[in-house]
Amino acid sequence: MSLFDGGYTIRRFALSPRRLALWILTAAVLASLPFVVYPVFLMKAMCFMLFACAFNLMLGFAGLLSFGHAAFFGTASYVVAHALKVWGLTPELAVALSVLAAAFLGLLFGLVAIRRQGIYFAMITLALSQMIFFFALQAPFTGGEDGIQGVTRQPLFGVIDISNNLTLYFVVLVVFLFGLFVVYRTVHSPFGQILKAIRESEPRAISLGYRVDHYKLTAFVISAALSGLAGGTKALIVQVASLTDIGWQMSGEVILMTLLGGMGTVFGPAVGAVVVVTLQNYLNAFGSLVSIVIGVIFVICVLLFRRGIVGEIQARIGR
Amino acid sequence: MLKRLALAAMVGGLAAHPAAAAEISDDAVRIGVLTDMAAVYADLSGKGSVIAAEMAVEDFGGKALGKPVTVISADHQNKADIAAAKAREWIDTQGVDMITDLVTSSVALAVSEVGREKNRVTMVVGAATSRLTGKDCSPVGFHWAYDTYALANGTGTAVVKNGGDSWFFITADYAFGHSLESDVSKIVEANGGKVLGAVRHPFPSSDFASFLLQAQASGAKIIGLANAGADTINAIKQASEFGIVAGGQNLAGLLMFVTDIHSLGLKSAQGLYMTTGWYWDLNDETRKWAARFEEKAGNKPTMVQVGVYSSVLNYLKAVEQAGTDEATAVSTTLKSMQIDDVFAKGGKVQPNGRMAHDMYLAQVKSPAESKGAWDYLNIARTIPGDEAFRDPAASGCPLVN
Repeated sequence: MSLFDGGYTIRRFALSPRRLALWILTAAVLASLPFVVYPVFLMKAMCFMLFACAFNLMLGFAGLLSFGHAAFFGTASYVVAHALKVWGLTPELAVALSVLAAAFLGLLFGLVAIRRQGIYFAMITLALSQMIFFFALQAPFTGGEDGIQGVTRQPLFGVIDISNNLTLYFVVLVVFLFGLFVVYRTVHSPFGQILKAIRESEPRAISLGYRVDHYKLTAFVISAALSGLAGGTKALIVQVASLTDIGWQMSGEVILMTLLGGMGTVFGPAVGAVVVVTLQNYLNAFGSLVSIVIGVIFVICVLLFRRGIVGEIQARIGR
Repeated sequence: MLKRLALAAMVGGLAAHPAAAAEISDDAVRIGVLTDMAAVYADLSGKGSVIAAEMAVEDFGGKALGKPVTVISADHQNKADIAAAKAREWIDTQGVDMITDLVTSSVALAVSEVGREKNRVTMVVGAATSRLTGKDCSPVGFHWAYDTYALANGTGTAVVKNGGDSWFFITADYAFGHSLESDVSKIVEANGGKVLGAVRHPFPSSDFASFLLQAQASGAKIIGLANAGADTINAIKQASEFGIVAGGQNLAGLLMFVTDIHSLGLKSAQGLYMTTGWYWDLNDETRKWAARFEEKAGNKPTMVQVGVYSSVLNYLKAVEQAGTDEATAVSTTLKSMQIDDVFAKGGKVQPNGRMAHDMYLAQVKSPAESKGAWDYLNIARTIPGDEAFRDPAASGCPLVN
């Protein structure tokens, strides 16, 4: 069974020997990676991977294109930064608080937005997230365009020192795997099946007796909460919360990651996120080259492999 | 990683040897230029800043305490998180000793925090916020070319003294705009001028018609533009279309660079007041340096680019004088030095990290006065360093008291 399984059937979470070997291999790679690649970069990549997977819950599985996910990501990062810096909370409390904040915001957004589909849904979420952006720009505690700087990495649970990048890496890894697990379980559950049914044909789902709005709203809240988890963790890693996290460009970036990796595959968006973040990081010395290269890759992706990187691989293997 | 460890061990072994007296970490002085390579500030810093830093290293002889000096650069895309991550990576994996330029306030504040945490020198040149030497000051952080206080103070005081005693503000509706407006208002009133009113515009904005009409109707002699970047450019362009300067009112840009004038053109920008920390046409020395720079970069240097040159040059001087590249020692030395180079004469580094030097109030020439490309400014007044910059004791910087 491939790791990137978009499957349409519910599978049991059983561990066959082959699967166990795969898991052990993955764990070994993840554990040794920070000794090869700069850990802060890895942690940032993991946050974007989680963000993209969370976003894909809406786009890939519920078929709703949200253009406002930066609001959840950014709000969570501001909450974590403020909670750590001003309230002096421990990181786990700060991140938990940020997830709650993002979920609550997701509920509000969802109540307004899920009644519409397609471009209207995208526009409503964009409008709402611009309101949040404006709030972040104006509110006194967010520091306006300067953002919140110098967020200290307080000890985790008050005991584990995470000022060391390597220690933090493993903490973030746990958070990241937990997030991906939630995504995986959401997709491979009866709930996920119904979401896909709604994506394929909403009237049919209604006629079968499902309360479509409830499902969509729940999916939206889960997606927002996980985006919040990603954003909050990112603030802990880079120790900065700024308008970058909450602007509409971030909403656009996550769409790009998802389409590039493969919309509607469980972990495809994560691959897309890795591609985008890696390009941004390593082409950075060449200035404007980043935008051009990403643009070209995106055009190629749209023209030649519309299912995205993972979607295409899956389709080839499946044949 | 292993290679790096082995290298570090080797270097450690060498350093332990009594013959290697100079204390330079991992046998090289590395300077990082973190700047905006492609977006709005690329013209006033960007590649030109990297060229300026390389010129400084070259003029210093390429070596400090006998160890090679290298310059590396990266694009921070004006994003604080990218900048902070890059700065960390540079310090953690590439042994960067000093980071300079740092255009954009949010970027500068974020990297200054990283510098404080990791004990590395940060020399902010491109960013404006006076928070860097105020409540967010750092013992190893410096602010080199200008700041919002100096611009507000310079333009405010000098314009009032030159007869512009009634003001109306067009202010960007966010924290930066508000603080700029209130700073300048206080200065204008303290100098006997009057503030007739202000109007707030959304950030960012492209249509300034209604705001300009209000400003025009106010009858104020000076229209202060408490905004930055594209907003300022748009406001000035549209003001020229409304014939505001032709009608006898003058504009005062509170955060403007010579590259802004270049892109606006003299026809739109003529008569505008601005404060700058440097201008290429000040004297023979600046003209000579500017010509050298232009040969490599293709345009005249901005105050930010020459500021980067000055920051790198003086950092290297301080390293040589301190006998080490350890940040705290270098910073202490910098604060005791007098800054004399093409950028500043008799500059002093204050205890809060502010480099105080003469600033200049300039008025943009009319197309008829200008002799060609980059001949844009008349220097109306030289503002002495002590007067131009904030008194460190009043800055709110915890290091001062």
